[in-house]
Amino acid sequence: MTLTTPAPQTHPVGGGHLLEVDALSVEFRTEYGTVNAVNEVSWHLDKGETLAILGESGSGKSVSAQAIMGIIDTPPGYITHGQIRYRGQDMLAMSPDEQRKLRGNDIAIVFQDALSALNPVFTVGAQISEMFQVHRGMSKKDGMARAAELMDRVRIPNAKARVKDYPHQFSGGMRQRVMMAMALSLDPSVLIADEPTTALDVTVQAQIMDLLLELQKETGMGVVLITHDLGVVGEVADRIAVMYAGRIIETGTVYEVFGDPAHPYTVGLMNSVPRVDQRGQRLSPISGSPPNLADIPAGCPFHPRCPRAQDVCTQERPPLRLVVGGRRSACHFAEDVLGV
Amino acid sequence: MSELVQDPSPARTAAGEPLLRVEGLAKHFPMTLGVVRQRVVGHVKAVDGVSFTLDRGETVGLVGESGCGKSTVTKVLLALTSPTAGQVYYEGRDVFAMGKRELRELRRKIQIIFQDPYTSLNPRMTVGDIVGEPWEIHPEVLPRKGRQTAVKELLDRVGLNPDFVNRYPHQFSGGQRQRIGIARALALRPEVIVCDEPVSALDVSVQAQVINLLEDLQKEFGLSYLFIAHDLSVVRHISDRVNVMYLGRIIETGTNEQVYERPTHPYTQALLSAVPQHDPAARGQKKRIVLEGDLPSPADPPTGCHFRTRCWKAQDICSVEYPALTERGHDHPSSCHFAEVVDVVKADPEGVPGSGAVRVTD
Repeated sequence: MTLTTPAPQTHPVGGGHLLEVDALSVEFRTEYGTVNAVNEVSWHLDKGETLAILGESGSGKSVSAQAIMGIIDTPPGYITHGQIRYRGQDMLAMSPDEQRKLRGNDIAIVFQDALSALNPVFTVGAQISEMFQVHRGMSKKDGMARAAELMDRVRIPNAKARVKDYPHQFSGGMRQRVMMAMALSLDPSVLIADEPTTALDVTVQAQIMDLLLELQKETGMGVVLITHDLGVVGEVADRIAVMYAGRIIETGTVYEVFGDPAHPYTVGLMNSVPRVDQRGQRLSPISGSPPNLADIPAGCPFHPRCPRAQDVCTQERPPLRLVVGGRRSACHFAEDVLGV
Repeated sequence: MSELVQDPSPARTAAGEPLLRVEGLAKHFPMTLGVVRQRVVGHVKAVDGVSFTLDRGETVGLVGESGCGKSTVTKVLLALTSPTAGQVYYEGRDVFAMGKRELRELRRKIQIIFQDPYTSLNPRMTVGDIVGEPWEIHPEVLPRKGRQTAVKELLDRVGLNPDFVNRYPHQFSGGQRQRIGIARALALRPEVIVCDEPVSALDVSVQAQVINLLEDLQKEFGLSYLFIAHDLSVVRHISDRVNVMYLGRIIETGTNEQVYERPTHPYTQALLSAVPQHDPAARGQKKRIVLEGDLPSPADPPTGCHFRTRCWKAQDICSVEYPALTERGHDHPSSCHFAEVVDVVKADPEGVPGSGAVRVTD
């Protein structure tokens, strides 16, 4: 694949981006020491596009989303640096009331595990309806009617009757739809999907991703997809940010990053995954395991596992820098990796 | 390590008997109502007539979504629970007719690796004790004197530092713990290892390490793997033959190439087409079969073909007659009245219509 593939269109809002995370750092102060979950992470999202944040467990991929939604517990978590701008306004500088108005109304989130994200003692209808009651001041009755409409929109069969069911009465895929109905209830312009299909079977995953894409087309919302699944990213993302040890180590369009990765970690990930369309040659995995965020290696955090590591990598942390076109990589030898 | 290496044996016995033969295996769990007097009100047919074979040195994949009964198959196979019907033959001998001593020997020969390396290792035991414990139960395998060294050899073989024998499981990462589980399974020099979702709890980069390790060990010790997973890409990578399960039954079986490149059952086709593919350039070129609805309850499966409620090919006959798993004019058995080859992974599946219970996107 060449690098000439056209980048997806972006629609800046009022000159800036729809949602922008700028040099965000979050740390968790635990009794075992300070865990630097994300370090000066920056990314942006425009209307109608899908940004995938790709990373393994412990890479910090969910933390920036949690900071946006205000669901980082303080203590132990502290936002130590950076801005989160929604339509140009810094959310972190807003009053808690103003923040709360944005969340749910403009920015919504869907979690991985719908069973623990939903309240088991209320009907799903009541939980969706609560969105309208709290944010729109609707009556419970009107809220329930809207809940049924939404459940129909996410294609839950027999929605009118099922609003009165409890979460445990739904299958995993249907519960995920309920969560999507709740997230979409107030027509947000940003949807954060945090591993939305990880707990689901592959045919159900296909249903949910399909639905997500369709709803995105309908509403034009921007989607932040947080996942470890390269396949899902390859199928739906426009742009990718790859995270490792609390930092973004590569960004680019999905065509660029998947076609010709610019960081040895991304290369390693690609080579680690067995493919369904070919009977494998031997896999070439990355050696070792991901670092502990409380004890990130000096220099480039990837150097202990990197086949290209040189002396400079153990001493100097490579910044995320422009390599070619709009592509960024945090590797001293990004040009060599890319072969440009 | 040489003492643990076995002579390579032929894949089958002289009589053509496979190492492991499962025939018509069924396991029904009763559903009861009432507290004191329990009335049986029905049965969950978790496994309902499953047959397959495993040869020496071979890897057989068992794939299916949650609730299809693949884990229940392993439980019955290891004689951890008795089957409702059916037989399991190990080297031609009926497992469920075995006496205590024979069963004990069988359980040495068949070992298991579990999915979750966090709950399958005792947190209060050191790694050395965990890996060496099987020899307490089967002391005939290794005299007490040699055990300390053998544990270290095993750890070294699975890629762990042998000096870690006195550490506890919580001091290891997920991938390392799975290696401990593998070392424990190897301790008794088994012939068959049942791998129950061995890599699904691991990160992508670590998953590949464990897959490679399993492949190396198979070559070195001549092991046979029954590989159970829901990840179709992993099964494709590692298996020689593949069985696809749906609602307690195998619905398609064949070699790796047959099942993945020439699937004939609509469910296999839907399953394969649902696997996300990495190449973004393939977007829009591949038709995806999106199944409507959920898996029916195994307590009340549909009449006739179990898949008919979600199948776009269903005709009247499908609700009447269960399609037996036999060859239907293609090169491998399929359990569909209208079996027909559609390559959903690579090419554009022309034969899939966009109507009925299925929507074909793009």
